[in-house]
Amino acid sequence: MRLELRGITKRFGTFTANDGIDMVVEPGEIHAILGENGAGKSTLMNTLYGLYEPDAGQIVIDGEPVVFSGPGDAMRAGIGMVHQHFMLVPVFTVAENVVLGQEPVGKGLIDLRRARQIVRETSEMLGFAIDPDAKIEDLPVGVQQRVEIVKALSRNAKLLILDEPTAVLTPQETDELIEIMRRLAAAGTSILFITHKLREIRAVSDSITIIRLGKVVGSATPSATESELASLMVGRSVSLGVAKEPAQPREDVLEVRNLVVRDTHGVPVVNDVSFTVASGEILAVAGVQGNGQTELTEAILGIQKPASGSVVLRGESLEGKGVRERLDSGLAYVPEDRSTDGVVGEFSIVENLVLDRIGAAPVSRGGALDMRFLRRNADELVKEFDVRTTSVDRAVGTLSGGNQQKVVLARELSRPLSLLVASQPTRGVDVGSIEFLHDRIVSERDKGAAVVIVSTELDEVLALGDRIAVMCGGELVGIVPGGESRDVLGLMMTGIGPEEARQRAAEHHTLLGEADLEAEAEAGAVLDAPAADAVDAPATESSTTRSATTTSAGEENR
Amino acid sequence: MSTPKEPLGPTPAQDPLEPVEPQSAADDEIGTTATGQPARTPGFGETYLREVLSSSWLLTLLAIVLAVLLGGVLIIATDPAVQEAAGYLFARPSSFFTAAWEAASQAYLALFQGAIYDSQAATFTRAIRPITETLTIATPLILAGLSVGLAFRAGLFNIGGQGQVILGAVLATWIGFGLDLPPVVHLVLALIGGAVGGAFWAAIAGVLKARTGAHEVIVTIMLNNVAAYLVLWVVTTQIFAGGTSGTSKPVGENARLPALLPEPFRLHLGFVLALVLAAVVWWLMERSTLGFKLRAVGSNARAARTAGISVGAMTVLAMAIAGGLAGLAGASQVLGTEGYLTASVAGTIGFDAITVALLGRSKPLGTVLAGLLFGALAAGGRLMQTRTGTPLDLVLVLQSFIVLFIAAPPLVRTIWRLPKPGARREKPSPTSTTPVTAGADA
Ligand SMILES: Nc1ncnc2c1ncn2[C@@H]1O[C@H](COP(=O)(O)OP(=O)(O)OP(=O)(O)O)[C@@H](O)[C@H]1O
Ligand SMILES: [Mg+2]
Repeated sequence: MRLELRGITKRFGTFTANDGIDMVVEPGEIHAILGENGAGKSTLMNTLYGLYEPDAGQIVIDGEPVVFSGPGDAMRAGIGMVHQHFMLVPVFTVAENVVLGQEPVGKGLIDLRRARQIVRETSEMLGFAIDPDAKIEDLPVGVQQRVEIVKALSRNAKLLILDEPTAVLTPQETDELIEIMRRLAAAGTSILFITHKLREIRAVSDSITIIRLGKVVGSATPSATESELASLMVGRSVSLGVAKEPAQPREDVLEVRNLVVRDTHGVPVVNDVSFTVASGEILAVAGVQGNGQTELTEAILGIQKPASGSVVLRGESLEGKGVRERLDSGLAYVPEDRSTDGVVGEFSIVENLVLDRIGAAPVSRGGALDMRFLRRNADELVKEFDVRTTSVDRAVGTLSGGNQQKVVLARELSRPLSLLVASQPTRGVDVGSIEFLHDRIVSERDKGAAVVIVSTELDEVLALGDRIAVMCGGELVGIVPGGESRDVLGLMMTGIGPEEARQRAAEHHTLLGEADLEAEAEAGAVLDAPAADAVDAPATESSTTRSATTTSAGEENR
Repeated sequence: MSTPKEPLGPTPAQDPLEPVEPQSAADDEIGTTATGQPARTPGFGETYLREVLSSSWLLTLLAIVLAVLLGGVLIIATDPAVQEAAGYLFARPSSFFTAAWEAASQAYLALFQGAIYDSQAATFTRAIRPITETLTIATPLILAGLSVGLAFRAGLFNIGGQGQVILGAVLATWIGFGLDLPPVVHLVLALIGGAVGGAFWAAIAGVLKARTGAHEVIVTIMLNNVAAYLVLWVVTTQIFAGGTSGTSKPVGENARLPALLPEPFRLHLGFVLALVLAAVVWWLMERSTLGFKLRAVGSNARAARTAGISVGAMTVLAMAIAGGLAGLAGASQVLGTEGYLTASVAGTIGFDAITVALLGRSKPLGTVLAGLLFGALAAGGRLMQTRTGTPLDLVLVLQSFIVLFIAAPPLVRTIWRLPKPGARREKPSPTSTTPVTAGADA
């Protein structure tokens, strides 16, 4: 399918989220969309998928202008979308989910045999196998995502929208997704791909459109370097690595001893985990989503009751202490899922920024909220953390994903803390803001906080971790020094011990591991040209002509 | 500062046909603007209008207007004179329409006169009596409505207003006739008793929910039944039973809510109390630490728990406060309007309160207004029935229509052709989808 967007404009009240967007996606093309948090990417995709009606502009499919009044129309026109938050019914099976909304009916009943067949055929075509009778809630996120893809394709999608699909995937899963994307593209399916991970964009996309403040500000080809892409998107130069001094660990702050947490069925989800984190040090916990990291952090916060073992904060056991007490004793906590645990969506930014400081000065005085403090606090933090919003009174639920995340981080990093436990601290956040947030986390470390970062994101683990702990199946596979190779960590995440992982990694590189090596090589090549130059003045002649197109397809079509 | 566009060439956003907007500066300053809202504002009037139109207050008003119109149709359809005129509709259509207009306008006029000001009354006292009746009837509705609204914002559906009203009334009555205290003290104590009675009754549901997860809807409904039978028995007991069967001993003078106006008006201090409590509830929910926690739990209990707020404690507290308010509604009935307890003291207050809170969108000001509206309908309905023979049930129908329309905003929007809130717009006109005018129609 050849998709053309002409002057798409979408407003929310007085705010223009998309402003005259022109874009062309060729058949079989993997087209990446890059942009800061709140740039309007999701809005554009939702418009394309019929969830919003554009205030102006036109969607043209294979030369024919179309108007969608809902996702049903978009699906019929051959557009499929995998949302960042999956839209699957957890208690239904794979087959049931895939045919939901277009159930094949035989004799007045849903024809499950036909449904299973659809699942098998589609997944086979994509080169993987899914059990059509597995329940969604029992499947890992990576597989759930494949179900979403199968679901979209079973409706004959000729254009697939993937909104931040890799945010929840492991490197291996990301590799496999990239493989699937390539296969689809080769078969003629067009793909619109949103991600904040420049590495992936370079690895998979054919062309790149960059959006800033709701407008297309340029386009590029995947041969552009990461720092070029980053500065294009943010409008200033971005340093992609974290500049941090080596850690200077002092006394132990957090000690986790033989911690065991069981789920409701009595199965251990955290199994005999022990580690310590010192003041002035960052321990990064890597692992595939759902291998006990969530329960581990929740046990530290006190909303999960450990079956045995203990959590000790500055020499004092936290047993029997409630969440409030733990927060008050200097624990700052960033939950893994911001929308369910981190913010109250209906609350304003002002209110969310004090959510876990409520009840004590300076937020509350004599049982009343200090509205002046709340407001000043919000004004300052929104500015400092660059939360993109029209007003501090806006409900957090209406912010873009990355901006919601910034609200959570702003809150947690703005209180006095001796231990920071942060899960996926930069999930969905753009590179420019990641740079800032990482710097802030490192500066908390340098001020003497002990920091535990739980991340499924290897870039982040590598950027932040002074030591790296890897979890698999609820157990601690091992703790390795920061800067361990991506491939080794990836293998450890599957439960292979550090030594064996190192051995095996030497024999086989992952796709992104390779991209990594390439990037390093390229970075070496342009190292003499400081990043700032790439923005303010044309970068080295060769890289400019090679990586960037001067006209966009949209203009060619006029 | 030059933008990074330069190394990559001009952008396609610069449509030659598009009027040039003065926004390139904002474009460049993206690194420093915190809000991401530069000069990208469409026509202000249009936007403002759209916001007003999608505001829920307007929707509420339109729902009421719709209900009144539909009610008018019903009045016309059931009016004997109109039916007679319909018989020769084609021969003399004008008399049909005259009869229809007569029926509807007379009924609504009577409704108004019975609720606000009766211009046909013989004396001035009688003329202004309707408005005082409206306020009197509205008093318990407002109090119980605040109860439902507060619980709702804390994430709890308090169906138990009825039971809480009864318990509040029972306790207030008991203190009212059982003790002999000086003026102000006695009243205050009786009111506190009413609040405690309701709070206790509601807290049962709160505790059960917090401890065992028992759903508050089921528990409060059951407690309503328990309370209804309890009060039937209570009024027959030795302690309570008064001279007339089915009523309790009268509440002592010192415990009565003082009348705001001389005889024969029934309006009493309870109405002022309701207004004051509406303000207190507003402050509690919007400005106090406790209210913040209650709202947080109501809106996202998981996030609240993660933020160190005890969900269980908030559940119990929310129910207790809500119950206290409903209990005061009961107290205001026995200490103010009635003066003694009967088994039917709660009437349908506890259930009407749910409607009132819904109509008032669980906000104190809205609840006060909705309570007044329902009070007016109830007061006016009586006069309407006596004057025009329109059955009192019409008032119920009106109330039901209002609730129906409130519960179905899309229906009201469709009928009045309002734009959807914020998001979708009506189908773009053909001109706005042509590329030539794209982006230029703002
Ligand atoms: N329903 C809404 N009401 C008001 N404003 C909205 C709404 N949805 C989105 N916005 C605003 O529109 C802008 C674009 O949001 P969008 O979700 O498209 O950003 P995004 O590019 O996907 O960002 P992210 O990378 O953080 O996901 C944001 O500033 C956001 O606050
Ligand atoms: Mg988004």
